[in-house]
Amino acid sequence: MSAPPTDVAVDARERRRDPLLRMIGLARPRSARFALGVLLGAAATGSGVALLGVAAWMLATAANHPSITALSVAVVATRALGVSKGVTRYLERLVTHDAAFRTLAQVRVRVYERLARTEPFGRFRSGDLVSRLVNDTETTLDLLVRGLTPPLVSVVTGGATVLFLTVVYVPGGLLLAGGLLLAGLAVPLMAAALGRGPGRREAAARGVLSTTLVDTLQGAPDLVAYGAMDQQVARVMEADAELTRVARRDAATLGLSAGFTALITGMTVWGALFLGVTAVEDGAIGPTALAVLVLTTLAAFEIVAPLPAVAARLGSIRASGERLFGILDTPPSLAGPSLDEDPHREGSSEREAPVVDPDAAVPVRVRDLRVRYGPEEPWALDGVDLEIAAGETVAVIGPSGAGKSTLASVLLRFRDPDGGRVEVGGADITALPADEVRCVVSGVPQDPHVFGSTLRENLRLARPGCSDDALWEALRRARLAGEVEAMPLGLDTRVGSHGLGLSGGMVQRLALARAVLAAPRVLVLDEPTAHLDPDTRDAVVADLLDATEGFSTLLITHDLTGLDRVDRIHVVRDGRVLQSGTHAELLSEPGWYRTVSGR
Amino acid sequence: MKPLDPRLVRTASAVRVHLAVTVAGGVLITGLILAQAWLLARVITGAWAGEGMDVLGPMIGLVAAVALTRALLSYVAETSALHSAARTKSQLRRRLVSHVTGSGRVWLADGGDREDGAPRAGELVTLATRGLDALDEYFSRYLPQLVLSAIVPLAVLAVVFWADWISGIVILVTLPLIPVFMALIGMHTQQRTDRQWKLLSRLGGHFLDVVEGLQTLAVFRRAKAQAAIIRQVGEDHRKATMGTLRIAFLSAFALELLATLAVALVAVEVGLRLLGGHMDYQTALLVLILAPEAYLPLREVGARFHASMEGIAAADQVFTELERERGHDSDRPAPPPTGEASPAAGGDLRLEAVGMRHPGRDAPALAGVDLTLHAGEHLLLTGPSGSGKTTLLSLLLRLNTPTEGRISVRAPGGAWTPFEDVPVEDWRAGIAWVPQHPYLFDVSVTDNIRLGAPEADLARVREAARLAEADGFIRALPQGYDTRLGERGARLSAGQRQRIALARALCRDAPLVLLDEPTAHLDPENAAAVRTAVARLLEGRTAVIVAHDTGWAASVSGTHLRTAHLPLLSERVAP
Repeated sequence: MSAPPTDVAVDARERRRDPLLRMIGLARPRSARFALGVLLGAAATGSGVALLGVAAWMLATAANHPSITALSVAVVATRALGVSKGVTRYLERLVTHDAAFRTLAQVRVRVYERLARTEPFGRFRSGDLVSRLVNDTETTLDLLVRGLTPPLVSVVTGGATVLFLTVVYVPGGLLLAGGLLLAGLAVPLMAAALGRGPGRREAAARGVLSTTLVDTLQGAPDLVAYGAMDQQVARVMEADAELTRVARRDAATLGLSAGFTALITGMTVWGALFLGVTAVEDGAIGPTALAVLVLTTLAAFEIVAPLPAVAARLGSIRASGERLFGILDTPPSLAGPSLDEDPHREGSSEREAPVVDPDAAVPVRVRDLRVRYGPEEPWALDGVDLEIAAGETVAVIGPSGAGKSTLASVLLRFRDPDGGRVEVGGADITALPADEVRCVVSGVPQDPHVFGSTLRENLRLARPGCSDDALWEALRRARLAGEVEAMPLGLDTRVGSHGLGLSGGMVQRLALARAVLAAPRVLVLDEPTAHLDPDTRDAVVADLLDATEGFSTLLITHDLTGLDRVDRIHVVRDGRVLQSGTHAELLSEPGWYRTVSGR
Repeated sequence: MKPLDPRLVRTASAVRVHLAVTVAGGVLITGLILAQAWLLARVITGAWAGEGMDVLGPMIGLVAAVALTRALLSYVAETSALHSAARTKSQLRRRLVSHVTGSGRVWLADGGDREDGAPRAGELVTLATRGLDALDEYFSRYLPQLVLSAIVPLAVLAVVFWADWISGIVILVTLPLIPVFMALIGMHTQQRTDRQWKLLSRLGGHFLDVVEGLQTLAVFRRAKAQAAIIRQVGEDHRKATMGTLRIAFLSAFALELLATLAVALVAVEVGLRLLGGHMDYQTALLVLILAPEAYLPLREVGARFHASMEGIAAADQVFTELERERGHDSDRPAPPPTGEASPAAGGDLRLEAVGMRHPGRDAPALAGVDLTLHAGEHLLLTGPSGSGKTTLLSLLLRLNTPTEGRISVRAPGGAWTPFEDVPVEDWRAGIAWVPQHPYLFDVSVTDNIRLGAPEADLARVREAARLAEADGFIRALPQGYDTRLGERGARLSAGQRQRIALARALCRDAPLVLLDEPTAHLDPENAAAVRTAVARLLEGRTAVIVAHDTGWAASVSGTHLRTAHLPLLSERVAP
């Protein structure tokens, strides 16, 4: 399979297109399969309509008592149609689902590749957003199976039926065309338009209700302790009453589409009957044609039956598409070489490839580093200088929002500096492919992820194919070996989203073992104790500092635990280094460090 | 799952009304279907026999009348279904909320009391809003179809039998086959799907897992290699899913095939007998028009089954929740509240061999605690996590009742009284509580601060905020004290939230203060501000401070401070 087109260069025209069309565009490589699916679907729906039409012709002919041979073709056709409807419907579903799953697999890869290139972490830190993005991706499936195929099938079958009736009797064909367009297009569109107002009103009322409910249930201890529960429950009941009022008021509007569909269907059949009988009286058509006309019209509304559901669904699918393409269209935050960088590509040969010195005495040197998240935003890092010498442990401490994690994401090559220079092994990192930097600098990112797999797989991530001995050694350094030995399945224990849940402390230790296994020159530990309770925090930091002996380490933290053991501390606030020195030095001089550690 | 939950009919009066309306509507619609079929057959036959507009005209007019009536009926049915759905949802929601909040039992600390399998707050909220919304579909689409699928096939069958018993037999034989086949295939599919489910959900969840872990993958230079794995897993997922779908679609296939084939058989059979002169044209047409109608409602019910079952499942969850015992207080009837803060809160407190075991859990959360707290004393209670510190606070707040031992209180100058004899509301009115993770509500800052003292005026709120070191940042908010805090106080940092909670406690002005590790999750700067505020809160009040270590001792130093240590139960039990 060829690589997807570089979406870095998605042109402006493409961006302005309806997200629905763009989502459908994702299925283009599978268009042959989808076309087959539509044909099969048309055959299925068509069989149902044709069955009644052929049967009507058969009865009308039989009523005149011709010889049996006149009916034989119709008899065979009727039986065949009776079977073909079920069979083709079954095949249609298999073909379209298969094509949609193939498309989904491909869309996932595309979304992933884009995310891997975009430094999504600032924007998608919350797990909520990630799972919504994933859901939006899966919506492609919904669109293709339930949103794309049914309308196309309706167009093909509806067109064929109208054409056939036009041949039988022109006004009858036109009448059916009108009826189908009204029931299949106008009513669903009207329903969608009418539903927008009630939908908005209801969403607003539901929003109030769920906020109040969240407050009530999650804040229950506070409410009970402060004697405010009754008052709060009254507020919930009020919100519920409002939602119910809105829903009941709008029921009258929402019921309209059901009424109109029934009206159009009934009146079209009536029209066909009226036109047909008049035509028979005038001698324009025979009585046989009348039976075919009326019964085909009666059956034809099956063609548009699935469409109102499609129309109702499209709004949410479009919203998903908008969010999805919002992400796919984001320009990457790394200007230089990135995920797709192939070291042997022409780009590397043109410029003088900077040489990373693996044995540099100062593996990391940061000079006047400046980063901000947008031209209007304040500087997240505003002229930071620091060095991490070989074998040294350096801590960066500061309150949340001080820019500490931005420093980590620059060092780990998740984003480019906006000013200053960062050298890794003597080379400017902006000139290096991300993965080359990460050979030298690696570690534990904020919120390290445990994958839904075995412990072994989770560890091997850092060094593919390494032996179990090496894994155990890493676990021992991270003080996790004892716990893993106690698990009945040992390294084969399933962990993560579908396996055994690990405690916060264990996750950090696992991440640490992984980092140790990767054996970079420089370890970056970004807030390794952020979500731990004080008990675990002290133990984890102590083990962490033991395990990282021999590495150059950058410890990013917001609390003072273990800082007496590091070689150098930088206090960062508002993007600047406020104080630097050892624990003892900082305690001896007046300033932030002494203030916050003084009790 | 039952298509109609009897508990739903019993509990929600709206459901009973809706059922009656739906059945009446179903009968009318059945009549209209039969009338339309007869009229169509009659008019077509008339035209064939050479009758003119003079005879057929009124009948054609009746067809229009049938269409109009049916449209009107559809509209009314849909509207009333949505009405009933809205009312039912409201009735269920109200019962759920009253049940969950009414017991006075609430859960402290996330996961504290949740071992009984009760859903978390977030799940309950989703259930009460989005979950119940699935009932719309159930009421407006499924139930009416269910009623129709019971009435229409029988009525059609009766008419067809009356018109032509041979066709009647064809329908009679094939119609019951549909539910039988669907059930058979459904059961088989269920087994297959259950077996496949784990695999499918793992493959399906893989993408989410990888996207969530992208940063970790990137750090270890595995991001690029993962793209190929995602493609492979996607392919595996497709193959596995298609394997299941091939079976799952069989049920729909059987239904479609039987329904269409039966119509084709009827058509051919009446056609041949019409040809042979054993039947008249009008009857043949009537049978042909009616035959598909017998199968249509069954197909519709089948198509709507899954979407509607979500509504039933949501209702089922609500009932499970309503039937769940939310714990009960002691057997003794609680004394009625007087509306005044109990004077005992300003007095002494004694715990004798107090223990607490959460229902459904083997290990006690707290055991054998003996403590006496004198008025004006500050007790710093330390212990590792899991030693029961928070449980102890929940006992003092009377969010839980001890399962062993007893707690007694003594108002200044009074006698020792069992805890149970003090009305719960009065006792709590004398307490200011600052939890580890205080909850801020999506109302104004002012209302958040005066949560426990609704009568407090702005001056008192501001004074409390000033003492809690919160006045400065509150003034800096866009609308100052009138700023809404957003869901869970999202606008504020953890340290600021903690200071609002302290302001809340100061505003309450209660004699007894309960503090739960107020600085455990704060950065040093915020922690310092919180410590200052706590020192002010403790002045002249009795207090229990729960903390992980004695670091607190320095900030609350004073002559009144006493420390006690709560060891882990496991350590205590060990010989």
